[in-house]
Amino acid sequence: MELVLFNLANGLIVGAFYVLMALGLSLIINLSNVVNFAHGNFLAIGGYLAFTLTPYIGFWGALLVSPLLTAVFGYFIEQVLIRHVYARNHIYSLLLTFGLGFILQDVCRFIWGPSPLPLGIPDILSLPITEELFFITWYRVFMVAVVIVAVSGLFAFLRFTRVGMRIRAGTLDLDTVSALGVNVAALRSYNFAVGSFLAGLAGVLAAGQIGLNPNMGDDLIMPSFIAIIVGGVGSLTGTLLGGLLIGVAAALTTVFYPAGAEAVIYVIMAIVLLIRPRGLLGEEGMLT
Amino acid sequence: MSQLIGTGHTRRRGLLQATAAIGGLQLASPFIIKARGETPVKIGFIDPITGSLSALAVTEVESAKWTVEQMNKNGGILGRPVELLIEDSANDTGTGVQKAHKLIERDNVDMILGDVNSGIAYAIMGVTAEKRVFHIVPGGHTDPITGKDCKWNTFRTCNTTAMDAAAMTKTLVSKFGKKWFFVTPDYAYGQTLQANFVRNLEALGGTWQGDMLPIANSDFSATLIKAKGYKPDVLLNLMGGSAQINCMKQFIQFGLNKQMALGGALYEIESVRSVPKEAQSGWFAMEWYWNQPSVPAVKKFVDAISPVLGGKMPTARHWMAYVSLHAARLAAEKAKSLDAVKMAHALEDLELPPEVSLMPGKVRYRAGDHQLMSDIYVGEMHPPGPGGADDLFTIGQTVTGEDAAGPAEATGCKIAWPA
Amino acid sequence: MNENFLSRHRQLLIVWALLLTVPFWLPMLGGYTALAGRVVVFALAAMSFNLLLGFTGIMSFGHAAYFGLGAYGCGLFMKFVTASTLLGVLAGTLVGGIAGTLFGLLLVRRRGVYFAMVTIAFGQVCFYIAYKWDEFTGGYDGLRGFARAPIDFGIFKLDIAASNNAFYYFVVAIFGLAVGLQALILKSPFGRTMLAIRENERRARFLGIPIEKHIWLAFSISCFFTALAGSLYALLNNFADPLGLNYIMSGNIVMITVMGGMRTFWGPLVGAVLFVALQDYVSSMTTNWMFFVGLTFVAVVLFFPRGLMGMLQKRAGT
Repeated sequence: MELVLFNLANGLIVGAFYVLMALGLSLIINLSNVVNFAHGNFLAIGGYLAFTLTPYIGFWGALLVSPLLTAVFGYFIEQVLIRHVYARNHIYSLLLTFGLGFILQDVCRFIWGPSPLPLGIPDILSLPITEELFFITWYRVFMVAVVIVAVSGLFAFLRFTRVGMRIRAGTLDLDTVSALGVNVAALRSYNFAVGSFLAGLAGVLAAGQIGLNPNMGDDLIMPSFIAIIVGGVGSLTGTLLGGLLIGVAAALTTVFYPAGAEAVIYVIMAIVLLIRPRGLLGEEGMLT
Repeated sequence: MSQLIGTGHTRRRGLLQATAAIGGLQLASPFIIKARGETPVKIGFIDPITGSLSALAVTEVESAKWTVEQMNKNGGILGRPVELLIEDSANDTGTGVQKAHKLIERDNVDMILGDVNSGIAYAIMGVTAEKRVFHIVPGGHTDPITGKDCKWNTFRTCNTTAMDAAAMTKTLVSKFGKKWFFVTPDYAYGQTLQANFVRNLEALGGTWQGDMLPIANSDFSATLIKAKGYKPDVLLNLMGGSAQINCMKQFIQFGLNKQMALGGALYEIESVRSVPKEAQSGWFAMEWYWNQPSVPAVKKFVDAISPVLGGKMPTARHWMAYVSLHAARLAAEKAKSLDAVKMAHALEDLELPPEVSLMPGKVRYRAGDHQLMSDIYVGEMHPPGPGGADDLFTIGQTVTGEDAAGPAEATGCKIAWPA
Repeated sequence: MNENFLSRHRQLLIVWALLLTVPFWLPMLGGYTALAGRVVVFALAAMSFNLLLGFTGIMSFGHAAYFGLGAYGCGLFMKFVTASTLLGVLAGTLVGGIAGTLFGLLLVRRRGVYFAMVTIAFGQVCFYIAYKWDEFTGGYDGLRGFARAPIDFGIFKLDIAASNNAFYYFVVAIFGLAVGLQALILKSPFGRTMLAIRENERRARFLGIPIEKHIWLAFSISCFFTALAGSLYALLNNFADPLGLNYIMSGNIVMITVMGGMRTFWGPLVGAVLFVALQDYVSSMTTNWMFFVGLTFVAVVLFFPRGLMGMLQKRAGT
């Protein structure tokens, strides 16, 4: 029983991480209709930047600066590449980001080498919180805290800032927003930068937990896709719920059938698609 | 990555060079090392230079290039220069097979080496056997390569999982006890490795529990809680790559190192280098190690290759490529031919001289299953010692390949020679 | 109309003349016959995929699933049931095709990005099954233990096991049958409906065409052909590999199609030639081949979205 409770907690931690990753992806899908295959590579770049920055500005500095740099990089990529395909068939945006993912992965391998690298975290964070709860390190607690701050920040941003409100409005009805005189192109660029920021942040957090390697994004991107499908395309709250759900499901499966931990998220997706094809909180007609 | 580039003679091609200049990326010249003189002996080397095993493959390739360069300075093979053609399998079987066809059909190579990925090695074996090309697998570990799926033309340099497990079990049991907990990756390699450990352990009256985990698992807390509850004498970390490293880190973070010993089969130096100090620990088998004062040839080898590696010490992967290439040379010279059947017959039970084997024991590819009977070093990992940044391992005991492998008949290998 | 007809015949002649003479001219260009086999297999996969993308306007990003299921179906059948090559190919085609048909039922009401994402995810499900189910599929190490066997036609025996050229012609023959069938489908009333859906789904719906049923049928047909290509891929390698089911493979199939020209019948074949040659050449030249392949993807999307055949046709048209 203790094991189950622990895994429930652990699943929430893992789920929180998926949420961070999936929210960035989801923002971009909702506003720009682009499935960013390179999102995992933005994550890797965030992690690697933190690795490079840590010796100069420490872990805490890197935690702040690295996602910002990733956001700037995302903005740049959107300006140079992504924006050219908004008006075209979706297949082009998929292919573009797919190719971009190849390029970014190779650039990471070229700059930082093919071997895994560790990201040093402050000693205090690698300690268990108590003797009994030896399996919960401060780092895990810290990760959840960061995710909560980031997610609340994101929702506050979307609700209370001008750009945020426009992004939300654009998600619902881009034509009207555009007709009201909002610069949709700029809006999409900001939105892409915000999504990249979240990926960069997820990258730093992941690097502290599992280290760095050029392919690290590959393993993490599929759960984010599933989180979005399960939660429902078009709904950020759905993505939040979807991420937590698959995190917990995977962790609970670990108790009873460890090898199935990866498979269970696909099973959940299949069930959701069968029973409620639009996803848990997806709205019918959205993006279909 | 830059070590991959620029050794030996290089041929650059205009178009790609221009592209490289634009892209600001280095472009490997086509991995060809050429010596002057008559028709070269062509050796194809297929390895996953990109993908998740790239760190290991890059090391093997680096060593292969150096070895061939040295070989050419010393008369090559059969007095002919050696040309090494390196192809990236990209850790994808289809690509690996395609590259094997390319090397054999287009480049007419005389022999093939590869691959780190056992699955790709198998698939390439299919091609080399069909085309009757001599083949050495330097570093793919899964047992059937020299077991039930063995082929007349294929030899393997690195150990089988059965050998590693047998070599480790005695030491772990005598040092720590017979109650074990396994953390195992859930695929053929992990399953056979664990099965081999279990067989050896149960023969000594031991008990065990364990979890099979996804191959790229990154969170081990659930499993480690189970392990703590089971109170084993030893926890066996059989994971590979980043998963092994993460398991190691979490084991230390959770303080389990104060309650149980840590062991396993392989913990390659490439991985050990990239973990924090605390995780540089545990008892493992090393397939070769650079610090062997009792074997003079090793020091000579290390002194020669280390400058090329930027002062780093060579790893077991460097050794695998080195031995494989020299074994091929010796086979060709004994057979006085590059014919695959003759070379294969010649290499069987041919005792490798110490400057090739770089080991104290009598090392040979045995006739029964074409598996190299190399010594296995059982010992303890530790943070860098007085010997420098790569002084990470202390050899406790050297087990001979013969002892670890058991009789060739038991591997299930039946070598069928072509008519 | 007449001129169009002639030009199509001209294309047909060029394509087949080149395909049938591969073993004679490819080695002169520095290629090898196994490479040509790979081109034809990927071309078949991409042309089958293009029935959806180019001719129905439906975007699947998970066709590796049916390709890979075809490969496993063929391999497993030959390993566990009987080592007959032709029956193996049939089995593979059925496995991948039926899986696609069933999965299509879940899909037909989805469109656009959502459709693409769900197809990706389903592809990954198949990938995980192949990856996990060790005893049956060989798991991570892939499925081995089967090999293409000579085919006995009674009057003569085609030894596709020993001779690369014989196997190449075997693949080309199946390719010919398959794409001939595809051309017939595209010409049929059903094919016209597919085009109508591509051009304007809403109008087609107003015309009383049961859109969902047609998309489902098109998806199913596309999956059967893709699985056929997958079976041939298993024979080409004598191996089936979980990575053949991975989304990277799906991406490659899409890329081949777009690169060659998705609105043209032979475009994917041209794309397969370009893609396979590029990958083969660059990956031997540099360890940074991913960079160059990625760069090609980006360049094609930004500068050559019609693909090579599309561009040629446009030039011929103006």
